[in-house]
Amino acid sequence: MRLHDLAHGRTGDKGDVSNISVIAYRRADFGLLRDRLTVARVAARLGHPPEAVTRYDLPQLGALNFVLRGALKGGVTRSLALDAHGKCLSSVLLDMPLDP
Amino acid sequence: MSFRIGCGAGFQGDRIDPAQDLAERGALDVLVFECLAERTIALAQQARLADPGAGFDPLMERRLRACLPACARNGTKIVTNMGAANPRAAAQRARAIVAELGLSLTVAAVTGDDVSDRVAKHVLDETGQPASALGPRLVSANAYIGVGAIVEALARGADIVICGRASDPALFLAPLVHHFGWAMDDYTRLGRGTLIGHLLECSAQVTGGYFADPGVKDVPDLAHVGFPLAEVGADGNATLTKLPGTGGLVTPATCTEQLLYEIHDPAAYLQPDVIADFSGVTLEQTGPDRVAIGGATGRAPTGTLKVSVAYRDGWLGEGQISYAGANARARADLARAILDERLTAPGIQDRLAHVIGNDTEQRLRYATRCTDRATAESVAQEVEALYLCGPAAGGGVTKSVKEIIAIASTLIPASAITPRADLLEPLHETA
Repeated sequence: MRLHDLAHGRTGDKGDVSNISVIAYRRADFGLLRDRLTVARVAARLGHPPEAVTRYDLPQLGALNFVLRGALKGGVTRSLALDAHGKCLSSVLLDMPLDP
Repeated sequence: MSFRIGCGAGFQGDRIDPAQDLAERGALDVLVFECLAERTIALAQQARLADPGAGFDPLMERRLRACLPACARNGTKIVTNMGAANPRAAAQRARAIVAELGLSLTVAAVTGDDVSDRVAKHVLDETGQPASALGPRLVSANAYIGVGAIVEALARGADIVICGRASDPALFLAPLVHHFGWAMDDYTRLGRGTLIGHLLECSAQVTGGYFADPGVKDVPDLAHVGFPLAEVGADGNATLTKLPGTGGLVTPATCTEQLLYEIHDPAAYLQPDVIADFSGVTLEQTGPDRVAIGGATGRAPTGTLKVSVAYRDGWLGEGQISYAGANARARADLARAILDERLTAPGIQDRLAHVIGNDTEQRLRYATRCTDRATAESVAQEVEALYLCGPAAGGGVTKSVKEIIAIASTLIPASAITPRADLLEPLHETA
């Protein structure tokens, strides 16, 4: 099972901070997402230091919001990456296996 | 009777047809065009330095010509940040377009966001240095202003309000404050209005744009995606929808993705006029493509305004070349190794090389950040030179050399700026 089977999401960017939402298709799956998508696992998946990641929970919407500080190599205006905004990050996260 | 507010653009390059459709069929009270990303205003400032009459949105004329006749017919007012680095020049141009179209509409310019003359002592978050350390590299510094001067312009009878940098949600909140007469310390309603603005400000991103994932999240008729509008009540609660017959969809799922877009702590969305709290927001499907939004609140603002500081930060030098067919990946890797050997100029500060490929084609992209233009040009030149001096059968070279405009941010006291609204005397078209 992959995260993509249970959830959708979107990436936003402000300066050098990226945020990635993860939203359960079915509210019944939210508890599982909350348990499995720890800051440590999400940070590891995205190759980001866990101390620079914060998770916010919105249970009434079945949503989690991950905020990654220093994620964009100086921000969209300085990055050499093709996707300087990091807009692909949500899809990369959704490809994550959801093993216990 | 609800107040109808729509979004006609969510960024500078947005589509125009859906905005025209909203102007014609939306029965809107206000149509907002949000066209100013973090860096857009710096590019506009550079255009203004080159030409004092320039520096506003290059698509403003097309957008206004497409929408103004219907807006005039339907009594729809326009609020926009298309003034970018030069709201006054933009307003003058808009006034001329109004006259050319034979319409009778009053244009206002909102200014006061430009703080480049008073940002020197403020320490930038990203560099840890005061802005003055940038010296002549400073391009622009603009504060995200709140609703005050926009509300004033509307109260004085403006039909078209043109700002530079304002907080994006404030473009939507201002007409709500004006229409409903909300008090500026009614933070619950200001929080609700901020939620409406936040959900609308990226146009189709809440109506099925930026959402489709075939087979998983399908979006009907995305090619003709409609732009959003909100039907707002006096208490600030609202229903989000789009016009019948347009493509896309409005569901709690599309709204949740947009709710969290560019949000950090949902309980503390810092705005010039309010700290909005989205942590208790509820979204309910009340009909086809209709979602009731509620649960936002707010509290008193911080008293400081975010300032975006743009500065010149070197040059980007980039080139790409493709290899195809037999052994393509090995040739692309060899090309990369050759560039690593040839490109040793001390002016190259950072580099990123990668191969983008599929079964039949491998494309090397070699990108550098350089201290100066000549070095960046030499990088692009070396990629092109792979034609004759690189691996076999390279093709399709593209080159790019651009000045990098970086953005940093700082805070200034709200009391340090005085936004103002100026209404322009109408021009009368002469035959």
